[in-house]
Amino acid sequence: MPAIDDLFRDLRAKQRKALMPFVTAGDPNPEFTERLIGEVVGRGASLCEIGIPYSDPIADGPVIQASYVRALGAGVRLNEILAMLGRVAPKVAAPLVTMVSYAIVYRHGVQKYLDEARQAGLAGLIVPDLPVDEAARLAEQCRAADLSLVQLVTPTTPRERAVRIAAASSGFLYYVSVAGITGERTELPADLVDNVAWLREQTELPICIGFGISRPEHVRLLSPVADGLIVGSAIVRRVAEAAEKPADQVIAEVGDYVASLLAALPA
Amino acid sequence: MPTEPKTAASLPDAEGRFGAFGGRYVPETLVRALDELAIAYDEARRDEAFQKELAELRFNYVGRPSPLYHARRLSEHCGGAQIWLKREDLNHTGSHKINNTLGQALLTMRMGKRRVIAETGAGQHGVATATACARFGLECVVYMGAEDIRRQAPNVFSMKLLGAEVRHVDTGSKTLRDAINDAMRDWMSSVESTHYILGSVVGPHPFPRIVRDFQSVIGQEAIEQSQQRIGRLPDLVVACVGGGSNAAGMFYPFVAETDVPLVGVEAGGRGPTPGDHASPLSYGSPGVLHGSFSYVMQNDDGQTDDVHSISAGLDYPGVGPEHSYWKDSGRVTYTACEDGAALAAFDMLAKTEGILPALESSHAVAKAMELAAERPQSEAIVVCLSGRGDKDAAEIARLREG
Ligand SMILES: Cc1ncc(COP(=O)(O)O)c(C=O)c1O
Repeated sequence: MPAIDDLFRDLRAKQRKALMPFVTAGDPNPEFTERLIGEVVGRGASLCEIGIPYSDPIADGPVIQASYVRALGAGVRLNEILAMLGRVAPKVAAPLVTMVSYAIVYRHGVQKYLDEARQAGLAGLIVPDLPVDEAARLAEQCRAADLSLVQLVTPTTPRERAVRIAAASSGFLYYVSVAGITGERTELPADLVDNVAWLREQTELPICIGFGISRPEHVRLLSPVADGLIVGSAIVRRVAEAAEKPADQVIAEVGDYVASLLAALPA
Repeated sequence: MPTEPKTAASLPDAEGRFGAFGGRYVPETLVRALDELAIAYDEARRDEAFQKELAELRFNYVGRPSPLYHARRLSEHCGGAQIWLKREDLNHTGSHKINNTLGQALLTMRMGKRRVIAETGAGQHGVATATACARFGLECVVYMGAEDIRRQAPNVFSMKLLGAEVRHVDTGSKTLRDAINDAMRDWMSSVESTHYILGSVVGPHPFPRIVRDFQSVIGQEAIEQSQQRIGRLPDLVVACVGGGSNAAGMFYPFVAETDVPLVGVEAGGRGPTPGDHASPLSYGSPGVLHGSFSYVMQNDDGQTDDVHSISAGLDYPGVGPEHSYWKDSGRVTYTACEDGAALAAFDMLAKTEGILPALESSHAVAKAMELAAERPQSEAIVVCLSGRGDKDAAEIARLREG
């Protein structure tokens, strides 16, 4: 049984919600990312999303784009990232999931990527540029490899299609809070809670909300309707300061920030 | 795999596939808009009123049909086959790009959208989009890489004069690829009110098909004009390939005419070393970029390579999926022309015929000159002269001084 399924069964039994940080692999270097993953999981994150840097990310705003540019500019390669994840995965008590463009998965070799992900101890993947219509074969391969393939529903997704995506997704269903790109937002859409509540009635699959979430009040607003909340740009922005400050300090600051969001989850 | 002309002509399939190529590799956020676009286009295509309006615009606004011109002095200089130029440079706004933007502007109106975004490399698609938007009263934002803003400055002024907002793109290589990234990101947030007028036969389904269809007027006219002027179909057809829209428009109507060889010319830049050229069909391999599966220049990790061409409109690491299909099926031959040969062709066409070609089109002219020299005078080569070169004059002068 994939590790993500275990996680959410456990959380649901305890009536708890997941906080899921997103970090960019290799920003500013793989060793830093390794420590950062340890830190956020140590603080209580339930799952960690690892962004694999990509040269042409369409769904990402300036903060995550810039982190990809820094990581690729420093010369990080996919093999190094997978090796780093292979070191950290057995040490942390949380499933790790890569957020990775299909351009990368395809070029590396789809089955090879899945085999190596599994070997590294990863729990699944999110492929943000592979809509459900193109994902059937990958979903099958993931199932065979005991990996989850998390698929996304957005505010522009028609309702029948959302139901179809939920049926095809595994691990959890990623609900994108806004029609737009990643990035911190002060205000979340007014109908977000209602839309997730509707989706909640269509599927047993855990639903996690991402894009724009950055503040404790967002966590308080959304945790009643979701199984988990994903926080990306707010963390990556703090890591961007790693070049100027000592790494220990940046890692501790991200840890404190994650703790502040965890504190806003229902006990 | 040999081409079956009848089936090849009816591609893509419902999933937007040309054989293995094409498809839709985009964030879920864009899927509904792409579905709506596919439906709107399908209805428009069969709507007589739409076709009539487009035909009227082509005739009275663009100035179509564009002439098929026998370049006798250029042919004599090459000393072989006759070179005939399909004069897309004489269209309103100076290139083939207007064929697509008017069609897509009509679709924008049909879908009830009032805002348009576009990317541009050479600035020709930006100008053609700004023009169509002015003509229909649509708001227009054009994304353009900072390097291209520098080397295609005249077109930047034109876009502004036409009422468009030009947004500088400072990421990555600051060229066409980065402009497409930013246009797509804009569309991610604006998709409900905005249509993205993509400028070539690239991107997710249905763009490759829509752009090809709107550009196919080039090949349709060329077939008719060849029959009338040459008395038969040409012996060879040549077009330059950036994203591949002028080539697709020229080639598509010829695909079923299996006796006519088709040659696509990519930007060979400084040579075949990765980073020195923009020739994915000649030197790349299949992968995913900008929403479709096609030949692309990437490293082993799937990261897009930097590419180079003297011509901003060809300076792109990807290519339309139908070209990948035509390459693998053997229907079209693809080859690369280097910067120096393109510049020499630019000069020769200027001096022998009094025509300044766009640097993009100069790549096709260079290859046609080379092929003409090897063939008898009885043969006729039709070249797509996709645009005019006024935009390039200052950059060429700068390159020669430096
Ligand atoms: C005159 C001209 N020809 C060719 C191209 C290349 O585009 P495509 O390959 O889509 O025709 C451009 C693009 O800007 C252009 O301006």
